[in-house]
Amino acid sequence: MAKKPAKTKTPSKRAKIVEEQSSNLYEGMIPLARLRDKETYRHVVSVLVDNEAGVLARVIGLFAGRGYNIESLTVSEVDRDRGLSRINVATSGTHQTIDQIKAQLGRLVPVHIVRDLTDDGPSVARELALVKVAGVGEKRVEALRIGDIFRANVVDSSTQSFVFEVVGNTDKVDAFIDLMKPLGLVEVSRTGVAAIARGARGIEK
Amino acid sequence: MAEAATTERNGDTPSKELFVGARLILKALQEQGVEVIFGYPGGAVLPIYDEIFKQNSIRHVLVRHEQGAVHAAEGYARSTGKVGCVLVTSGPGATNAVTGLTDALMDSIPIVCLTGQVPTHLIGNDAFQEADTVGITRPCTKHNYLVRDVNKLSETIHEAFYVARSGRPGPVVVDLPKDVCMAMGHYTTAPRGVQRKQHKTYNPKTKPDSAAIAHAVAMMAAAKKPVFYTGGGIINSGPKASALLRELVKLTGFPITSTLMGLGAYPASGDHWLGMLGMHGTYEANLAMHGCDLMINIGARFDDRVTGNLKFFAPDSKKIHIDIDASSINKNVIVDLGIVGDCAIALEDMLAVWKAKKYQADQKALKAWWRQIEEWKSRDSLKYVQKGKLIKPQYAIQRLFELTKKRETYITTEVGQHQMWAAQFYRFDQPNHWLTSGGLGTMGYGLPAAVGVQMAHRDALVVDIAGEASIMMNIQELSTAVQYHLPVKVFIINNQYMGMVRQWQELLHGGRYSESYSEALPDFVKLAEAFGCVGMRVSDPAKMDDTIKEMISIDRPVVCDVSVDPKENCFPMIPSGKAHNEMILGQDEKSGKAITGEGLALV
Ligand SMILES: Cc1cc2nc3c(=O)[nH]c(=O)nc-3n(C[C@H](O)[C@H](O)[C@H](O)COP(=O)(O)OP(=O)(O)OC[C@H]3O[C@@H](n4cnc5c(N)ncnc54)[C@H](O)[C@@H]3O)c2cc1C
Ligand SMILES: Cc1ncc(C[n+]2csc(CCOP(=O)(O)OP(=O)(O)O)c2C)c(N)n1
Ligand SMILES: [Mg+2]
Repeated sequence: MAKKPAKTKTPSKRAKIVEEQSSNLYEGMIPLARLRDKETYRHVVSVLVDNEAGVLARVIGLFAGRGYNIESLTVSEVDRDRGLSRINVATSGTHQTIDQIKAQLGRLVPVHIVRDLTDDGPSVARELALVKVAGVGEKRVEALRIGDIFRANVVDSSTQSFVFEVVGNTDKVDAFIDLMKPLGLVEVSRTGVAAIARGARGIEK
Repeated sequence: MAEAATTERNGDTPSKELFVGARLILKALQEQGVEVIFGYPGGAVLPIYDEIFKQNSIRHVLVRHEQGAVHAAEGYARSTGKVGCVLVTSGPGATNAVTGLTDALMDSIPIVCLTGQVPTHLIGNDAFQEADTVGITRPCTKHNYLVRDVNKLSETIHEAFYVARSGRPGPVVVDLPKDVCMAMGHYTTAPRGVQRKQHKTYNPKTKPDSAAIAHAVAMMAAAKKPVFYTGGGIINSGPKASALLRELVKLTGFPITSTLMGLGAYPASGDHWLGMLGMHGTYEANLAMHGCDLMINIGARFDDRVTGNLKFFAPDSKKIHIDIDASSINKNVIVDLGIVGDCAIALEDMLAVWKAKKYQADQKALKAWWRQIEEWKSRDSLKYVQKGKLIKPQYAIQRLFELTKKRETYITTEVGQHQMWAAQFYRFDQPNHWLTSGGLGTMGYGLPAAVGVQMAHRDALVVDIAGEASIMMNIQELSTAVQYHLPVKVFIINNQYMGMVRQWQELLHGGRYSESYSEALPDFVKLAEAFGCVGMRVSDPAKMDDTIKEMISIDRPVVCDVSVDPKENCFPMIPSGKAHNEMILGQDEKSGKAITGEGLALV
């Protein structure tokens, strides 16, 4: 009599333990399905670093050495008093790769914080491009008209050419450049992506 | 008094007194507790050598090649748990150190390497013996610094030691222009005490998430076929982690295997020990990994030597991975539960939870699991036969083990078959007594590492189990051993081949032994004598024991040339590209399971 309930009790206790396992018990646990997903995604990651010699080389070396993709990279000092720079990297990869990139960046000694602007809530990203277009007649007029639609500024003009300054997210800048191709596109100079999270919270929380 | 304590703690108040830069460096090293520096002088570091001359607390060991200096510091660090310290000159001194630094990076060994540099105003001018040391060493160090201001010297060195030993340990380079070493500056004490300021950026997480630990322990309690897979992280964490691991294994009754780098954390004589796993691991360890339903990885990094073909790696298992480096988790193998933290703290927390919840392993399931493991064990996968006139390499190492196990013995190795046989046949019961180049696999590691170990443990027996090819790569360090009266023993498993290369050529390239025969070998006995060591030779199995006994009785450096069967291969072996359950167990079996397809392109 004393033995029987004990016998039924043991398996049910184990079952409970197993059940516990399948629920997300704590913050930061990564769902397996996400890690196993083989699709690639584009992410913009912002990194706040100490503005010291060689820090950019460290970040670029990390990407090159480990074969990660860099679509765009911008770096600039953002806080002179504290000597901080912000690096924005647009990269693409599977979730597993993106997580690796963030972990690898996070363990560099001069890195303060790594923030995934694509994953951690809404953000805005902008880049600026200077686009030189040469042409005369109808094409020249058409270039100006499209520039207007894209709210591009003309920052230089000659009788033969314009330089447009266009600002927007990467897709918008790409679209503008594509439209300029048949209209006499000469060359492009782009800043790469600067990005920031929406809302009141700063990168350091 | 309170004020003094605060400044001391924060360590950011420079001294009023001025010191010359080189003196500041020595002061900082002394404050960091450095007792030994392994180094080699040159123009750019002469001011530092001058300060070394003027003091007595730090011992300088003059190596014969800068690569040797780094390996010696690695040996010192791995066998003591302290940070190893290296000093080399600019240009060729620094470039010679690169292999050692890469080795330390791959194996997570804490090193601070001071490199001389040309004066700041000449940097970038292709000056004499200039090399872009921070550029060259950036990818092969955990971090590096170029010091341009004499007033930053001491704090940079303190930081270098902090970075080298914290989190996942690794090598740190501090590049020191000569003018900075000769300028006058202030000294800053190291941050210390429990309340010392946090580092402004680098503060690795050591305390694991408690909910995650509870989850892990619940998974363990529910497991039917669990296995502990532990690695170098346990050794990195310190002896306490080994002690806690032993307790957890005993408490749970689970089987345990370890990587090459983790040998000794759990004793090879322990009841739950399966032997090493991986490419040359035991049958039972690899099949337990393949068949487990729960893998508990503590401080190992799912290296390709261990996992074999990832597609077939432990297919029916849930996996827990505890590692101090978040980038180790989900890098090669996706795990069900990743926990970032120091493994000693994690083990302590796991033990506490297991005890508090009064968990019991599923005894019935565990018994069945152990029965299965015993069956695998009975295949006796390390079996070899010693008969005839040739010494089997396994026999030589087994006898070395039997005849030295009662003493305090440290084993280092070179790279190749002898290294794997050492891992299989020398049975380690303590952490920090086994030193080998795992990640980089650097031939030439063993002798300088032995020098470093012996510097730290003067009375211990230190043996480098070597191959006749590898030993030639840093043989010059015999001279160092002689100079400092370090009675290291070089035990050469001389098979006249780069045996590991020959084995792969046999298995992969139709037995075409391209350039793997050790032509024109030196007479190792005469070579030893020329260096001022004792030389010995043995080729008769019946004389093996006496030779070993004699070797260890000599209180001087000895080179013992053991002629072994040149054709012996190292088994078991998981051929590259294959899964754990596709091991080759021995010579007779190998033909049927040759490496094919994708495996050919793997290393
Ligand atoms: C010829 C040859 C053959 C080899 N064959 C084999 C083989 O058959 N089997 C085998 O196992 N190896 C073999 N190796 C070695 C192999 O290449 C790897 O070096 C080894 O497997 C890695 O060991 P590890 O996973 O323990 O990691 P390590 O390189 O020791 O790394 C330690 C891990 O622990 C983490 N860590 C560090 N400190 C802590 C801490 N305090 N707390 C928690 N985590 C921490 C680190 O972040 C890292 O992830 C061979 C090498 C050679 C040269
Ligand atoms: C510096 C370096 N170069 C090349 C290799 C490739 N390699 C691995 S094992 C080996 C042969 C080692 O021969 P030996 O020292 O005689 O050891 P054995 O395998 O015969 O025991 C070689 C060349 C290496 N690991 N390190
Ligand atoms: Mg050999």
